[in-house]
Order: sequence, then C-alpha cells, then structure tokens
Amino acid sequence: MRLSRRQRARIFEAVARALLGTAAALVVGVAGFLLLYIAFRGIPGLSWEFLTDVPRNRGREGGIFPALVGTLYVVFGTGVLTVPLGILGGVYLSEYAPRSPSTRFIRLAVANMAGVPSIVYGLFGLAAFVLAAGIGRSVLAASLTLTCMTLPVVITATEEALRQIPADLRHAALALGASRLRTVWTVVLPAAAPGIVTGIVLGLARAAGETAPILFTGAVFQMRRLPDGPGSQFMALPYHIYTQVTSVPNWNRDLVWGTAFILVATVSAASALAAVWRSFKRRRTAW
Amino acid sequence: MVTGLRSAVMAVSAAAWSSAEEGARVVEETSPQGSGRFELRSVSVAYGPETVIEDVTMNIPPQAVTALIGPSGCGKSTLLRCLNRMNDELGNVRVSGTIALDGQDIMARGVDPVDLRMRVGQVFQRPNPFPMSIYDNVAYGPRTQGIRRRDELDAIVEDSLRRAALWDEVKGSLKKHAFDLSGGQQQRLCIARALATHPEVLLMDEPASALDPISTQQIEDTVAELKRSVTIVIVTHNMQQAARISDQTAFMLRERLDMPARLIEVGETRKVFTNPDDPRTEAYITGRFG
Ligand SMILES: Nc1ncnc2c1ncn2[C@@H]1O[C@H](COP(=O)(O)OP(=O)(O)OP(=O)(O)O)[C@@H](O)[C@H]1O
Ligand SMILES: [Mg+2]
Repeated sequence: MRLSRRQRARIFEAVARALLGTAAALVVGVAGFLLLYIAFRGIPGLSWEFLTDVPRNRGREGGIFPALVGTLYVVFGTGVLTVPLGILGGVYLSEYAPRSPSTRFIRLAVANMAGVPSIVYGLFGLAAFVLAAGIGRSVLAASLTLTCMTLPVVITATEEALRQIPADLRHAALALGASRLRTVWTVVLPAAAPGIVTGIVLGLARAAGETAPILFTGAVFQMRRLPDGPGSQFMALPYHIYTQVTSVPNWNRDLVWGTAFILVATVSAASALAAVWRSFKRRRTAW
Repeated sequence: MVTGLRSAVMAVSAAAWSSAEEGARVVEETSPQGSGRFELRSVSVAYGPETVIEDVTMNIPPQAVTALIGPSGCGKSTLLRCLNRMNDELGNVRVSGTIALDGQDIMARGVDPVDLRMRVGQVFQRPNPFPMSIYDNVAYGPRTQGIRRRDELDAIVEDSLRRAALWDEVKGSLKKHAFDLSGGQQQRLCIARALATHPEVLLMDEPASALDPISTQQIEDTVAELKRSVTIVIVTHNMQQAARISDQTAFMLRERLDMPARLIEVGETRKVFTNPDDPRTEAYITGRFG
C-alpha cells in the first residue's frame, strides 16, 4: 500500500510524539521514584529528637542536629562568598569584557572549572586553604573550597541571564544619561534577577550535598557541640551519611535514610522557594 | 566655518543642500525661537570597514517634526543614533562630519554624552519600560541627574505623564508595575520617561510600528502636541504617517547594497510628498520600490 505524503507525515508525527512522550515520562518517573523512595525510607526515622539531638552511640541513636547546623553554616559561608563574586564575574563577562581572545579564554576556563570533579576541589582546598594558607580544617576552609566549586555555576548563570536581557533595555537607560554601571545596577541586574537566583540556588544546592570537597577541609565524624565560629570544625549531612555507611557497623537504616531525606527536603524547599519567588516576580514581560 | 563647509558640500550634493535650507526656512517662520536645532554637515557613518551612510547634510528645525524615511537598511536608525551619540555604545562605529545642536558641536572632545542625552531623548521601536513601577520609570532620568526630593520628582512625573497623554489613565496607579500596562500605554510611558529630563529634542525610531491603530493614533496625537515644545525626529516606514505628522521629510536611500546610503532629498513634507525634486523620492513614496 502506498501512503501519501500527508499520511506519512502524520505517521512520523505520531511516532515522534510517542518517543518524546516516553522520554519525558521516563525522566519524570525516575525522579519521582527517587524522591518517593527517599521519603518512604526516610520518614520513619524522623522525630523531634532526631532533628534536635546530638548523635549518640556513634550515630546509631540520637539525632543529627550538629550536622544540620554544620551544613547550614558551610552553605551560608559559601553563599556569602559566592554570590557577590559570582555576580560580579558574570556582570564583567557579559557587560564589560571586551570581545577578545583573553575574554574567550576566561570563559573557557570558567566552563572547565564547572567540569572539575569535586574530589579534586577537595584536594585543592586541602593544599591551598587548609595547609598553604594555614586556615586549618574548618568551616572557613570548607566554605572557601565549596566556593571554588560553586563560583563557575553562578558566574555562568549570571552571564546567561544578563545576555537574555534585550539590548534595547540597556540603551533606554543609557539614552537617559545613565552610566554603564548605573544601567547594569538599576535596570539590567533587576531584570535578570530570576535567572541569577536560579543559578545561585542550583549552585548552593550542589554545595550542600557534596561530600568530597569537605572531606579533607573541615568535616568531622562526630561532634557533640555546634561549630562555634568560622575556625571550628563541623559535622555535615552528606558526610554524616558517608561515615555512617562506611565506618559504623550495624548503622541505623532509619536514621541514615532520615538524614538523606532531610538533606533532599532542605534543598528541594530552597528550590521551591526560589521558584515561587520567580513566578511572583515574573510578570507579563515586555520583551 | 559654516560657509566654508557649505561651499564644499554644495559641490557634492547641491540638490540635497538646497532643499534642506528650504525645509528649514519654511518651518522656522512658524517657530522663531531656536532651541533644539540640529545642523548636520557631511555626516558619514561606518561600522568597522563598511561605510553605511555617506555625506548627509541637512538641518533639523526646532519645534517641528522631521520624518526620516527610506527602505529598510538605509541607515535611518544609524543616523538617528548619531544625534544622541548612542552609536558610541555600539563600539565599532565611526562617525565623521559635524553635527551641531544649537550651534554647538556635539562630537567635540569636551562634550559629555551624558549631558547630550539629557537634552536629546530617545524612544525606541518596541516599548521597553524598565522592570519597575510606572513612577520609577518616569523618575529614572531625573534620579540619574541627582534629583532626590520627593515633591520635585512627583511634579516631574506628573508633568511628563501629562505631556505624554498618559496621566489620566495611570494617575491612580503610579505604583503599578510598568509591565501591567498595554503596549500602547507602555510606549507612551517610554515617551514620558524620555520627556522627564526636559530634552529639547526627542528621537523616535518607528515608535508606533509595534502598536495597534488606536495606540498609533494616540502616539501621533502626542507627537503633534509635543512638537510645540520639543524638536522631534521620527523614523517611520508608514508614508501616510510621515505625511500626516511631519513638517519636514528626509528621504534616504542606499542605491546598491555595496554602496553607502545617501540623503536623496529633504524638504517641507508637503512638497516632498506632492512634488518631489528627485524621481527616486517619488518612486519610493508611491511604493514603486523599498
Ligand atoms: N551595530 C551594527 N554593526 C554593524 N552594522 C550595522 C549595525 N547596525 C546597523 N548596521 C548596518 O547598517 C545599515 C543601516 O542600518 P540601520 O539599522 O540604520 O537601518 P534602518 O534604515 O534603520 O533600517 P530599518 O528600517 O530596517 O530599521 C544596515 O546595512 C545594517 O546592516
Ligand atoms: Mg531602524
């Protein structure tokens, strides 16, 4: 049977639709299964004590409060360092950098930094911050290490977000007599804020979940008190999971899955918050 | 100096020169006070190695509407951007010749483009309000100039919105986000924003081409009202619009793609549209090319 062009086109269309639909369903399915599974395994371990108590019996009992606080400290430290530096870097690349080979080199370097394995950052952090700079294993050294890892993500996201802003908008500010700096600061950056915030949340979420960069730079197996400053060592959620599973015989399944659940829930909550803020902020755009 | 230039220019483009004089004279009789008057002498513009406009000589009379017409790519926007030195921002642009605003060379070394742009406002083809409130959009220019006093800003905002014929529609909602306005309202907001620095000249690059007929009409009415106080240079692809709203019309044409555009004819709009000197002008206006 010979098919007309039209019929063939319709069949192709149907096949393409089915393939794309399957791919999308697969991705959503895997992600959904993962989250549900973590919730299913993790929720039984949750309790008020789990969230507020220190680990007892090498982590088999008690809670994860110091690890939760430690992770928040380190992510906060990373954010304080990464956000201004990353935004400045992105603004420079998008708004100020000349179109030259050296700029292209910088961009390439930033892109490559994003691809460096996290354990290499850990090693670098140990050599540079802990030893060479003499900071020692601490919240500060770990934050600096995580900053190196997160910075390219934020720089790239900022640059991309700024590039989305139409030239007309910049020209309108310049045509009103605004300087370049004022144009960027008052018009371009606010317009690009949703994209930049997305990049920041993604970068910090990754920082919160990484074990390798903090492994040698400040995370410890167990602490009964909270870190008392940037010079202090700390517990962290991902590292807690790692040490429980690798070095505690008869580790408590419920508590470790509970820790994983808290980590995922915290990161998801941050992403969700950013998404809500974006949709609140994103109006009918004029461009 | 002008006389010297004049003889040099006359040799090259006698026709364009004489009609420029004519157009300017006609309009000047109706509005004698001269502030916001441009004089262009042998202006050429090149993007990198490519000259796109060559030897444009014309006057832009004050308190009148000058329309720039011509086919796409003939350099209307480029010429417009010479007048507030926005070409400076593009990087690879070279402008030669002289451009004087009220007798002062705007390309001279000592001239700060920031000061110039306060005097020469611009409205763009697509409405491009800033992502902020209506009030903050209009107050942007004055704030850039350092005006901070609330009552002063309030007065400027109201006055500018009135001049742009938008006040009555937004006076109750100045805190509203600019993106919540319709396209036509956004464009009038952009006009108000440009007026807030009290410019002598307003450059408009196809300000109504992205708008519906009613909004277009409103913009045209606004222009007609504004020209009593501001010099207006407007680029338009719409011949009826040029004929309706302008006092002087300048026709530019790039005869071949590998040649820069030239000013073919400039003169009083009525004359250019009813009895043009150059057959190419007539051909363009009657829609035979472009
Ligand atoms: N930034 C730029 N860099 C290089 N060439 C440019 C640039 N802007 C414009 N040109 C070139 O200069 C010429 C004139 O462009 P211009 O935008 O001034 O034309 P126009 O008359 O405004 O056209 P339109 O009616 O389509 O808006 C065109 O050939 C264009 O390709
Ligand atoms: Mg144009």
